[in-house]
Amino acid sequence: MKTCLIVDDSSVIRKVARRILEGLEFEILEAEDGEQALDACRRQLPEAILLDWNMPKMDGYEFLRSLRRLPGGDAPRVVFCTTENDVAQIARALHAGANEYIMKPFDKDIVEAKFQEVGLI
Amino acid sequence: MTPQDFDYLRKLLRDRSGLVLSAEKQYLAESRLLPVARRHGLGTLADLVAKLKTPVPALANEVVEAMTTNETFFFRDKIPFDHVRDTIMPALIAARAREKRIRIWCTAASTGQEPYSLSMVLTNFRAQLSGYRVDILATDLSGEVLERAKTGIYSQFEVQRGLPIQLLVKYFNKVGESWQIAQDMRDMVQFRPLNLLNDFSPLGMFDLVFCRNVLIYFDQPTKTAVLNRLVRQMPDDGYLVLGAAETVVGLTDAFKPIHDKRGLYEPNRDARASFAIADIGSRFAAKR
Repeated sequence: MKTCLIVDDSSVIRKVARRILEGLEFEILEAEDGEQALDACRRQLPEAILLDWNMPKMDGYEFLRSLRRLPGGDAPRVVFCTTENDVAQIARALHAGANEYIMKPFDKDIVEAKFQEVGLI
Repeated sequence: MTPQDFDYLRKLLRDRSGLVLSAEKQYLAESRLLPVARRHGLGTLADLVAKLKTPVPALANEVVEAMTTNETFFFRDKIPFDHVRDTIMPALIAARAREKRIRIWCTAASTGQEPYSLSMVLTNFRAQLSGYRVDILATDLSGEVLERAKTGIYSQFEVQRGLPIQLLVKYFNKVGESWQIAQDMRDMVQFRPLNLLNDFSPLGMFDLVFCRNVLIYFDQPTKTAVLNRLVRQMPDDGYLVLGAAETVVGLTDAFKPIHDKRGLYEPNRDARASFAIADIGSRFAAKR
């Protein structure tokens, strides 16, 4: 079973995402911000990360840049999941090493399509 | 809805669009046609059927459009587009080196995601297609969905189903809360309303035909008739793409599956020769 780390400061979003991803047979880990997520990744790198952009302490963009510098940090497939929907922001995320990008609001079909796109399903 | 009213609607749909509505689809008719009835100030489906009987051709068209399933998304099923990129386009570019013309037809284009997905695939071949004329014709029974397709504008939900984010950034512009595909992609596609039950021979010949998830709505003889007419619009080295759940097997031998390429078919030259002989035979018999 593949592991997915859900990183979002909203407990509601984490709950919704957990339900969808458990339905897609992922084992779920959760983090409330970039710092917590980075700690989790230092302990164990997940196969997938569903990542919010705007969070306290460390935002998704900074987390991603730090993740990609970790040993083996280029392996997890990172799917941004954010309300940021400007072309420039999306391009910035891709440049920093994001594999896919979900614009909130999202539903099961979108999450499934994006995870398929990056070979996680 | 009374069984008589439902039968009337089923017959109307079959005659006008070839769409076969099975008995258990009554719920679908009710959910889709009640809004149509209300738009015309009619309270119930019985009122709608009574009005259709007067008859009102424009209203009948609206009923057909409402019942035609328009579900589609970018790069739907993915595999057919891989076939286009890896097999079909390289073969057609080589085979049409003299004419330098390639014609593609999406027979049930709905809101345009399929032809625009093809136009995005074709950009991979810009260098090889230099000097070629490539036409993508996109038809659909519903003029209403084609009007939407022409604008190339999609909601945030629509651009997130099947469209890789890199392609969204590359080929789309944000327009308010929606996304519009770039002008040069729109310029590659021509949209035209068309009912597959009618004669489509004036459209000419096509090297590649996408006919996905439309035959499933037709009964067996209609499927066979459409496929047999399609093959006449294609050269021997043309390609037909059907939906993931569709096949020609048991319907016609006008096409044969291409080995190891799911959903991909080619005209069956042997069957075509026997068609031609049958044609000559019937003309000869008619003259006598």
